Amino acid sequence: MSGVDDLTPIPDQGLSWLEASGDHADIVMSTRVRLARNLQGYAFGPRARVNDRQAVLRLFSSSAREMSSLRMGTLLELNDLDSRSRRILAERRLVSRDLLGDAESGPAQGAAVLLSDHDPLSVMVNEEDHLRLQTLVSGLRLQDAWNIVDRLDEELGQDLPYAYHHEFGYLTSCPTNVGTGLRASVFMHLPGLVLTKEIGRVLQGLAQVGLTFRGLYGEGSEVVGNFFQVSNQTTLGKTEEDLVDHLDRIVRQVIEYEAKARQTLLRDARAVTEDKIWRAYALLRYARSLSFEEMMNLLSGVRLGASLKLLPGLRVYTLNKIMIFTQPAHLEQAAGRDLPSAEGDAHRATFVRRILETEGDVPPGPPGEGGLS
Amino acid sequence: MVCDNCGSGDAVVHLTQIVNNEMSTFHLCERCAAEKGLETTPEPVNFPLTDFLAQMGEAGAHPTTEPTGACDFCGLTFADFKETGRLGCPHCYATYETHLRGLLRRIHGGTQHIGKVYLPPDPTATEMEKRVEALRRKLQRAVDSEDFERAARIRDEIRTMEPAR
Repeated sequence: MSGVDDLTPIPDQGLSWLEASGDHADIVMSTRVRLARNLQGYAFGPRARVNDRQAVLRLFSSSAREMSSLRMGTLLELNDLDSRSRRILAERRLVSRDLLGDAESGPAQGAAVLLSDHDPLSVMVNEEDHLRLQTLVSGLRLQDAWNIVDRLDEELGQDLPYAYHHEFGYLTSCPTNVGTGLRASVFMHLPGLVLTKEIGRVLQGLAQVGLTFRGLYGEGSEVVGNFFQVSNQTTLGKTEEDLVDHLDRIVRQVIEYEAKARQTLLRDARAVTEDKIWRAYALLRYARSLSFEEMMNLLSGVRLGASLKLLPGLRVYTLNKIMIFTQPAHLEQAAGRDLPSAEGDAHRATFVRRILETEGDVPPGPPGEGGLS
Repeated sequence: MVCDNCGSGDAVVHLTQIVNNEMSTFHLCERCAAEKGLETTPEPVNFPLTDFLAQMGEAGAHPTTEPTGACDFCGLTFADFKETGRLGCPHCYATYETHLRGLLRRIHGGTQHIGKVYLPPDPTATEMEKRVEALRRKLQRAVDSEDFERAARIRDEIRTMEPAR
């Protein structure tokens, strides 16, 4: 494959999950289901030699050419991409940070990702496991997401000899993934629960029912902007459908709690809440320099405002887009060069201002009573 | 330092919250922190696999002998596994089966996979049977949840497999 210095060959740029189309899209940004699969006869990722990795990639890519859902997809070998393109893939959540390797040595030999041309479907090759089948869709759509990835798994499994054990199920590099190899996650925005200080109890409740949560970008990452990624903790001893249904049920409960918390805010602290939301909007609309973290915290307020219809004329899609395109590699891509962090902050603020100016249609006065007109 | 909440306990949890760029700090005693749903351990969320593994290695607690030697296929030793938390290859599961069973029970609450049954490219009769069994369970589930479209697909799949049995 020749070098790819931009991502134009990727169908829809791998961003259909931003469209804010699924259920509860104001609270649930996206749903992801991934399956970890390994091939018989080869060492797992961390222990695989270059030969193993190349063989896995060869087997997978020749098999993928036969699959109806992957045939027309785009296979990107990470070593063929420049570092910025690789980081863009990670910022779009199409590959994990692990697949990029460390900053010094770059991606391992044979590290690749295949992006389907018509489903929101991708396969990471030679990460910790040989294959990670993943689908990423907008809003809360767990059952759909599971069906999409299940179909691909059926097809691939008929062609590739998976590592499978009669007792332990699908074998994975890490014992926390063995069995179904399934991790379903829902990416939620929960400012109401944070502001009403109920979040601690909710998160503790999640742990009690076998779920786990993380911040924005997976393992070990901090919670920024009140975004939480909720997923199943265990993978063995339950059917895939049970895991998915259970998560779906609990997430719907959390959505209800969040909705109640928002109503409480409006009932007991409407003026303060409105003020915070409008201040956040004003900063985003006029600031000249924004760090990613500050922007995320402000976006959290604005997203809450859009969802509560306190900031009319602002679409959730616009806010989703801001979150993705203001990440460092995306800003560098737009600028056409590397950006030191202070410059990046300025570019970020400019991007946010422009997009709110062109895509937002927020009337200057506050809605309803309370404003001086 | 005394607890901000009850004014009597010794404050051991220091919570800094940043909400819309306003920072506030609370100092709470263990009891008040627990009541507010805060964990006193700094990282309750990440799965403590390495802790599990460390516990396994603790002498005295589990006097079972640790496997020596290495996996025939990839050369991973049990010490390697304890260090990284990652197995080396599919054969490691057979090599360290007994030890893994205890670990899997603690992580997942059991060791028996009851999800999809994998059908390899050239399946044996037993593999086919197990697969059909799993599909029947899936079918029942789809019927129970009145997802008839899915049920029909699964039924068709079972039919295509049955003549082969």
